[in-house]
Amino acid sequence: MSSYLFSRVIQTIVTLFVMSLLVFVGLYLVGNPVDVLLSSSATPAERLEVIQAFGLDRPVWEQYFVFLGKALTGDLGNSFVFNQPALDLILQRMPATLELAFVALVMALVLGIPLGIYAGLKPHSLVSKSIMTFSILGFSLPTFWIGLIMIMVFSVQLGWLPASGRGQTVELLGVPVSFLTWDGLSHLILPAFNLALFKISLVIRLTRAGVMEVMQLDFVRFARAKGMPESRILRVHVLKNTLIPLITVIGLELGSLIAFAVVTETIFAWPGMGKLIIDSIAVLDRPVVLAYLMITVIMFSVINLVVDILYSVVDPRVRLEGGSR
Amino acid sequence: MSNPHELSTSVHAGTETIAAKPAMSPLKRTFIALLHNRLALTGLIITGILLLAAILAPVLAPQDPYDLAQLDIMDGRLAPGGESMSGLTYWLGTDTQGRDLVSAIMYGLRTSILVGLVSAAVALVIGTSIGLFSAYAGGRTDAVLMRIVDIQLSFPSILIALIFLAILGQGVDKIIIALVVTQWAYYARTVRGSALVESKRAYIEAARSMALPDRSIIFRHMLPNCLPPLIVVATMRVAYAIMLEATLSFLGIGLPVTEPSLGLLISNGFEYILSGDYWISFFPGITLLLLIVGINLIGDALRDILNPRREG
Repeated sequence: MSSYLFSRVIQTIVTLFVMSLLVFVGLYLVGNPVDVLLSSSATPAERLEVIQAFGLDRPVWEQYFVFLGKALTGDLGNSFVFNQPALDLILQRMPATLELAFVALVMALVLGIPLGIYAGLKPHSLVSKSIMTFSILGFSLPTFWIGLIMIMVFSVQLGWLPASGRGQTVELLGVPVSFLTWDGLSHLILPAFNLALFKISLVIRLTRAGVMEVMQLDFVRFARAKGMPESRILRVHVLKNTLIPLITVIGLELGSLIAFAVVTETIFAWPGMGKLIIDSIAVLDRPVVLAYLMITVIMFSVINLVVDILYSVVDPRVRLEGGSR
Repeated sequence: MSNPHELSTSVHAGTETIAAKPAMSPLKRTFIALLHNRLALTGLIITGILLLAAILAPVLAPQDPYDLAQLDIMDGRLAPGGESMSGLTYWLGTDTQGRDLVSAIMYGLRTSILVGLVSAAVALVIGTSIGLFSAYAGGRTDAVLMRIVDIQLSFPSILIALIFLAILGQGVDKIIIALVVTQWAYYARTVRGSALVESKRAYIEAARSMALPDRSIIFRHMLPNCLPPLIVVATMRVAYAIMLEATLSFLGIGLPVTEPSLGLLISNGFEYILSGDYWISFFPGITLLLLIVGINLIGDALRDILNPRREG
């Protein structure tokens, strides 16, 4: 177990290192942020001053080593645009993104699992066929476009829900959240559902496939043969065995929800870190781009690790090994 | 949007399924089975029509949407069915610059389909080569390569695309590279999986004992038998690549404004949705949806046809 943990930590560090080097050198080659940041009327002297202030006059490898040295102490540099520590900028916006992702995940599970179970138990009924059609649509609908349509219908035509922003937030354990106020909740519904749509389809499909597979196994037949009521078979035998594989999926999907929040945040002007990264890429704000990517990579590595460990706990057949898997 | 298509990688090799005349080539047999599947036929028709519209855009489109001489700002934001000063009817309306949306969509389809197909094809070649090599080499090489694949697949595709677009900047070639990087691993894993199964079969052993060169064993004997799952993955991946490109272009970090794909058209209409001018975003979106549904329907049917073990 400890050798497994160790190899995973090493793997994460290598990934972080390779990624930061790639992004650092890549952004350096794409263009000079000073060209984007300064107005065209800036004098050469002003230009030079800014370049020196950012340390952009030094060779790229030297810049990278300065960055690396500071990164080890937890300092990822100041944003070129906001002139604030990049890490702070990301951390300020993180709760909004995490809230959006969690709510979307809960929606996906609460809607997806029951629908999936139904479709798995009665695969030939009309309702199941509609559920499956919905899930194919959910896979095929471009998320960003559906977001626009949702704004069009629910905000512009019907006027039921607000189209953008986060609404009123309250502090919960020191973190601002919006799902506890009515105003915040009404702002949350559209973006969260938009983000969840794809995952609902995925959960439906996985649950359905799991139920259909388990229903044919010997222990279910045996339970039936000895006259166990159908509801108990479903609760005890089928559900348990279906939900275990879902754990892995849920963990990995949480990571993907955080990443895809980039799209939803842009559409609904949700003040999360996804919106920030898109803007930062456009103006070549290297410290912020790097900080976002480093944090996301660390977050994903932790999520993946937790999922793997959880999985080995609930399913003892899975062993964790340090070497090749 | 991470990966529904990952499911399709569980497809196993094996073609001896469809009861048909043995004289028919597997390709032809698959195609005929597709035509007999109602959903797949719908998918083929939708995709076919859109593909034709894209290829024939310069001939069929009522207007060259990027020839400024043909645009009149006075025709801007006309509702669907509106008429221009010169008597041309805009069946799907116009955008802010007075561009006919039917033409813009046809040209947008060209870009979207081109980017999707080219990136999927390049990723297919790279991924297949690496997968085959990994399976054939085995041992440490295999372990290292597959670890790289695992690490990459543990990150959402949009994140990897973001990283590479941040590094590379904008452009058709840049987005194709970014899409290839996000996708090669799926092909590599699929091919390696089925190649491992195949390599234990008797015909490979026979080929080896006849001392055939490695290259010929891999490409003439192993590869053809790995094709069925690969075809399924490739179909789904093209749809996914098109969707991802549209998403990235919508975010403004994909294609430049000079090469508008469907995603960029949708993004152009974004700000007018709040004022009720829905059509600028709506129709390009419907087209994108149809294209993706069409390809996915084909892919779904292919998976059923090419996988003997799947039921229902």
